[in-house]
Amino acid sequence: MISFTVNGKPVTVEDPPSTPLLWVIRDSLNLTGTKYGCGMALCGACTVHIDGQAVRSCVAPVSRAEGKKVTTIEGISPDLTHPLQQAWIEIDVPQCGYCQSGQIMSAAVLLAENSTPSDEDIDEAMSGNICRCGTYPRIRRAIHRAAEISKQRGAK
Amino acid sequence: MSVATEMKRREFLKAGAALGGGLLISLYVPEFVPAARAADSAAKPVALNAFVRIGTDESVTVISNHSEMGQGIYTSLPMLLNEELEADWARVRVESSPVDAVYNHTVFGLMMTGGSTTTNSEYDRFRKMGAMARIMLIAAAAQSWNVDSQTCRAEKGFVIHTATGRRASYGSLAEAASRIAPPKDIPLKDPKDFTLVGKPVHRLDTPSKTNGTAQFGLDVYIPGMLTAVVARAPVFGGKVVSFNADQAKAIPGVVNVVQVPSGVAVIAKGFWPAKLGREKLEITWDDGPGAALSTVEMRANFSTLSKTPGLVARKVGDPAAALAGAAKTITAEYEVPYLAHCMMEPLNTVVDLHEDRCEIWTGTQFQTGDRAAAAKVAGLKPEQVTLHTTLLGGGFGRRANPSCDFVTEATEVAKAAKVPVKVVWTREDDIRGGWYRPMWYDHFAAGLDASGNPVAWTHTIVGQSIMAGTMFESYGIKNGIDSASVEGAADILYGIPNLQVDLHTPKNEVPVQWWRSVGHSHTGFSVEAFLDEVAHAGGKDPYELRRTLLAGQPRMLAVLDLAAQKANWGSALPAGRARGIATHFSFDSYVAQVAEISVEKDGTVRVHRVVAAVDCGRTVNPDTVKAQLEGGIIFGLTAALKTEITLDKGRVQQRNFNDYPMVRMFESPTIEVFIVPSTEHPTGVGEPGVPPVAPAVANAIFAATGKRVRRLPIKPEDLRSA
Repeated sequence: MISFTVNGKPVTVEDPPSTPLLWVIRDSLNLTGTKYGCGMALCGACTVHIDGQAVRSCVAPVSRAEGKKVTTIEGISPDLTHPLQQAWIEIDVPQCGYCQSGQIMSAAVLLAENSTPSDEDIDEAMSGNICRCGTYPRIRRAIHRAAEISKQRGAK
Repeated sequence: MSVATEMKRREFLKAGAALGGGLLISLYVPEFVPAARAADSAAKPVALNAFVRIGTDESVTVISNHSEMGQGIYTSLPMLLNEELEADWARVRVESSPVDAVYNHTVFGLMMTGGSTTTNSEYDRFRKMGAMARIMLIAAAAQSWNVDSQTCRAEKGFVIHTATGRRASYGSLAEAASRIAPPKDIPLKDPKDFTLVGKPVHRLDTPSKTNGTAQFGLDVYIPGMLTAVVARAPVFGGKVVSFNADQAKAIPGVVNVVQVPSGVAVIAKGFWPAKLGREKLEITWDDGPGAALSTVEMRANFSTLSKTPGLVARKVGDPAAALAGAAKTITAEYEVPYLAHCMMEPLNTVVDLHEDRCEIWTGTQFQTGDRAAAAKVAGLKPEQVTLHTTLLGGGFGRRANPSCDFVTEATEVAKAAKVPVKVVWTREDDIRGGWYRPMWYDHFAAGLDASGNPVAWTHTIVGQSIMAGTMFESYGIKNGIDSASVEGAADILYGIPNLQVDLHTPKNEVPVQWWRSVGHSHTGFSVEAFLDEVAHAGGKDPYELRRTLLAGQPRMLAVLDLAAQKANWGSALPAGRARGIATHFSFDSYVAQVAEISVEKDGTVRVHRVVAAVDCGRTVNPDTVKAQLEGGIIFGLTAALKTEITLDKGRVQQRNFNDYPMVRMFESPTIEVFIVPSTEHPTGVGEPGVPPVAPAVANAIFAATGKRVRRLPIKPEDLRSA
């Protein structure tokens, strides 16, 4: 039995400790916003936060979450008000949308650590996330825009 | 919408009515069973035709018969409908349609999404459906007010009696409107009066794609469902001889192991134990003749074939004589590899099979075929199979499989396992699973006159047929020529007086399929790169030569000029940078692109900027057009710079994104898209952005380095300078 919190809610799961966190989140906890894309930490679709760090949940055993705070895409805001969500909607970033949970979760850690990222910072932080639809130019714009939104909110 | 709360639909009663424009519009008398929705009964929606329902809560639900795989159709189709319906756009939502003949593609006669045809084929029908509903709502209001319909108008979800200002909301009128006889004559707005179509509109599906609520096939969970992964033959066409599942069954969570025609399925409580179980299977395979396949050998064979005459797909003038009499001739050979689609959401299908019915959830582009295939496996009639189309995590053609492979297999697994099951493909299954863009070889010869203009052009294509042996054969193959093999080659727009295009169609065990832009994905590259060679051989600027050859093609000439102008063609660039240009006509749309690149010492190609111009007729949602071009360019860049599927001893040598890599953020260029304003009927946008980017990059590489790229993907080792 492994206990941790997901989006602020305590959970206890019976999956074997080596089970990837991704499949515990999806198959046992029924939070389906976190996606499977490669199973080898190569595409970033499964990105979640463990204690604020971006983690590829497809290769992270659930045991790694023991006693920690896990945040998934469902937990970044209750009402689409996270600056990244606002920017994503404003710029209409997603196409098929499948990779976007992972993109937003990676971008959230970038912005938490760097409130005004440069293009190079974005390249570095976001190159682990693949988008087959090719939304990269819009993701870049939206991260800059989210940084602006955060700044404006902070100034209020 | 979640699966549990989705309304069960009963079989519709249909009454067909042929209306103007040659479109068959069936009118439903629909019955919605308010299952699990008793609390919502006050908001019970009323269908005014097969494509729109209006609720007493003023919600407007547009029923989409086309799949949303990123192309934005879940917004564009509602825009078309609401342009005429005049409901409050803020109330408009979208839902996927069931499978029914009324939802068939207006051209293909099947329910499917593909060929960049949705907007083009639904442009009239969705507007007519909206207008029909509006006319019925107005009639209902007029009747209740005892006034003439002509004295009423519709505005933002209300019918208004102009003289008195009396108003009634659509929600309050829907029930009565549904009893009004549908109008025979449905006039449509003059496009100059459009208020929604042609304006950039935010996508309806974006919010759900930023908070995890968007439901893809992989996200469907139904009660009692188990998860299966299938061990498929390591060689195309291989069969199971025998297997031992003892160790697989010993994995905690594994429930069952069953043989199906495509392999051996491990069924478990969740994906992870299923995958672990599959790793423990011991299977003896009969590889069959596919075990001899090698792409190295195939390349040699294709190359030899490309230098021999094939079936003539097109002939203009006397190319042989023109070549013989030319002042200068050049020849070249181009090649592209097999490619996997690699949608970010790997294939998956949920099947709930019962004795007398079957329910399926999947992200598919080919509903009619998939439903029929499932019915066949299940021993049911197609009408006994309910197919729910979820959102598609990418399609690119793979989810319109002519043999219905993934739905057939999932139904086989459900049938063998006798439980509701979700079959999930791993990324490795996806990359090794076949149904690739064919490998293609192109051999060219061109003859130039004394002033350097091309007067002869011959092009011999070698590659497998996509449509041979499928239900699309009679549609797509004429006189042995698969139109998908020669598209973009036999129909080039350039005015070359003597031209011939030949085709060889070798066969082998590798399953091939349409892949975003299909045949254009190779002809766009080969034709445009060879034309660049012709320009240089004749001492012409590649842009200027294209202008000359497009003199009779005003729409392509306009996009070419626009792209060149926006990219500052001919102006100086920083040291090491160079530009390449290409055009391509596909899916009835005109695209030109200019790529700006540099080549690093180790041969790595950096694409800094791509400028694209497109004429796709009238645009419905211009921002979507731009997004599709952007995405097409990135998709095409991955093919240009990164990916190839190779086989050795019949085995696919790639497995995941480590050895089948995608373009990533740091490799993504700045992309600028310009739309040529047009009042022509809308044409394709999902695919036309793909073909021109590889040749634009290849031509820029020549401009930068003097090295010709004739094979994709472009290999740094061929471009290394030190």
